[in-house]
Amino acid sequence: MGKTLFEKVWDEHVVDSIDKGPSILYIDKHLIHEVTSPQAFNGLNNRKIKVFRPEKTVATADHNVPTLNQHLPIKEELSRNQVDTLTKNCKEHNINLYGLGHKYQGIVHVIGPELGITQPGMTIVCGDSHTSTHGAFGSIAFGIGTSEVEMVLSTQCLLQYKPKTMLIEIEGDLREGVYSKDIILYIISKISASGGTGYFVEYAGSAITSLSMESRMTICNMSIEMGARGGIIAPDKKTFEYLKNKEFSPKGNDFYKAINKWKNLKTDVDAKYDKVIKFNAEEIEPMITYGTNPGMGIKINETIPSSAINNSDESFKKSLEYMGLNSGEKLLNKKIDYVFIGSCTNSRIEDLRVAANIIKGKKIADNVNAWVIPGSKSVEKIAIKEGLSKIFDEAGFEFRQPGCSACLAMNEDKIPTSKYCVSTSNRNFEGRQGPGSRTFLASPVTAAISALNGYVSDIRKDN
Amino acid sequence: MEKFKKLNSKLTPLNIENVDTDQIIPARFLKAVTREGFGDNLFRDWRYDNHDNLIDDFILNKIDFNSQILLAGRNFGCGSSREHAAWSIYDYGFRVVVSSFFADIFKNNALNNGLLVVQIRQNILDEIFNKLIKYPSLTFNVDLNDQKFYSDDGVFEENFEINEYNKTCLLNGFENIDYLLNIKEKIVKYEEEK
Ligand code: SF4
Repeated sequence: MGKTLFEKVWDEHVVDSIDKGPSILYIDKHLIHEVTSPQAFNGLNNRKIKVFRPEKTVATADHNVPTLNQHLPIKEELSRNQVDTLTKNCKEHNINLYGLGHKYQGIVHVIGPELGITQPGMTIVCGDSHTSTHGAFGSIAFGIGTSEVEMVLSTQCLLQYKPKTMLIEIEGDLREGVYSKDIILYIISKISASGGTGYFVEYAGSAITSLSMESRMTICNMSIEMGARGGIIAPDKKTFEYLKNKEFSPKGNDFYKAINKWKNLKTDVDAKYDKVIKFNAEEIEPMITYGTNPGMGIKINETIPSSAINNSDESFKKSLEYMGLNSGEKLLNKKIDYVFIGSCTNSRIEDLRVAANIIKGKKIADNVNAWVIPGSKSVEKIAIKEGLSKIFDEAGFEFRQPGCSACLAMNEDKIPTSKYCVSTSNRNFEGRQGPGSRTFLASPVTAAISALNGYVSDIRKDN
Repeated sequence: MEKFKKLNSKLTPLNIENVDTDQIIPARFLKAVTREGFGDNLFRDWRYDNHDNLIDDFILNKIDFNSQILLAGRNFGCGSSREHAAWSIYDYGFRVVVSSFFADIFKNNALNNGLLVVQIRQNILDEIFNKLIKYPSLTFNVDLNDQKFYSDDGVFEENFEINEYNKTCLLNGFENIDYLLNIKEKIVKYEEEK
């Protein structure tokens, strides 16, 4: 029997297996950041060992950094200490660090691909659940905890149980106004925030292959929001084209040799998945979430339902209470207070371009505070060069500096209690964007048009 | 890692589904660079209001006994991979989390810290939640060796699954990292052959 793409990459990386236990999986690339790594380094220091393969780990500061005045010392003491600790640890252990001010700095899942660190067929891990993003290149990429960060730092390996495989296939043409964020929010609304638990998901079908690399990343990014360990998409011409001439991509002849290898990274025709789910692209419309997990999503012109799959009545009710919403209510035309365009889901240059295109020459509504946080220094640079930052500024958006920002609200960028925010990030959990904050997850397009109108808007009607 | 010992304890019922790690420990408390002290902020935004006053009817504020077992709704620990979630639960004093369904990364993180996750059937979980409304002091036992979770009144007795390897690690306090450090030669050999 043939193998799935996932199985091919997995099997290549198994160093050994424990009888009736996990496999020892070799990790090709390890990304670290300031928040989930310090305790791991402490572990190494306590054991008096050095990082085993420092050249396979790359570090950046993103989760906790301010998005204004990054040239100044970080004001908040604990954040500064965390970033300084990362700097110290990287120096001590010979790890490449793209810290604040570095031209490669940015959200860890934005810089990996854009620098060509992420490549097909690799195993990639990071102490952050959205590591699944990198699966868009045909790699096995997943989030790990700090103990596991310590394991990778000290042995370049992890003990892992092989997840089950799931295929999500979407055939057909996408409708007007539908973007990759809508596709993934649609999928999660259908299978729930836990529907993928225990699985590694491969996305396929014409609606997926028609997407740009950046849009594919948005899909894989949110695999974790259905509970899946990760998402993977078979590499193709677009993948190779994207990786050409990237900073750390193979160069010259090596690049063509690599492509020849990468071409085999696809599921065999006779391979079997543990589960297969199919969707029709034409059924997908612009999506928005109304609740406190990413599975609680609806088409933007629908009304809030009275239940959601895998949510008990009680937790459903609690969720709506937190959001200040009712079943039967529409989100469309609901007044909002904030718009956040950013996060590793939607802060790449493509996202900024589509958003800028909508707001060009217009002004955001008076009742709205709107932020654009580019995913990396390089995105920031291109946005400035292309005049996008100016468009945002003139429309009344605050165009800030790279970082995770209001995606998790560890820095000053917080949505105040009970305020509504249309956000391009990936989590609408209670308090995720600040204590008491209320999040509507949507695409950059929906975020942009809603910022202009001051209420939740449908790009197909309101533009 | 501490060895996991057989325990007897009352339960702390948290009848909420999809408890994500942002609820277990909100991001703004992740600024420490050591592993200690996270228990103080466990379920912070459910335990305290905006002015740092205790919210009286949240379960951790309601019960005045030491409980080592957290009983939670399905899909516990979803969301962020932050291991701080497992640290804060352990640091608060829990040694076991019982639910009908756990998120993957949380499960790994818990086991890596000596925090046992016990998965039981949904209908049994519901029954226990119901029973605790009337009998909040009912005590339960967790026996990892026999893989049993049972109540002292003899009504509930559930077997739970755990991989042999993880079980050995928990019972003996072995850590994965030691296992990996011990097979470094094999890892180097793999690198050379690749
Ligand atoms: S942007 Fe948000 S989801 Fe992405 S890495 Fe940062 S905190 Fe995590």
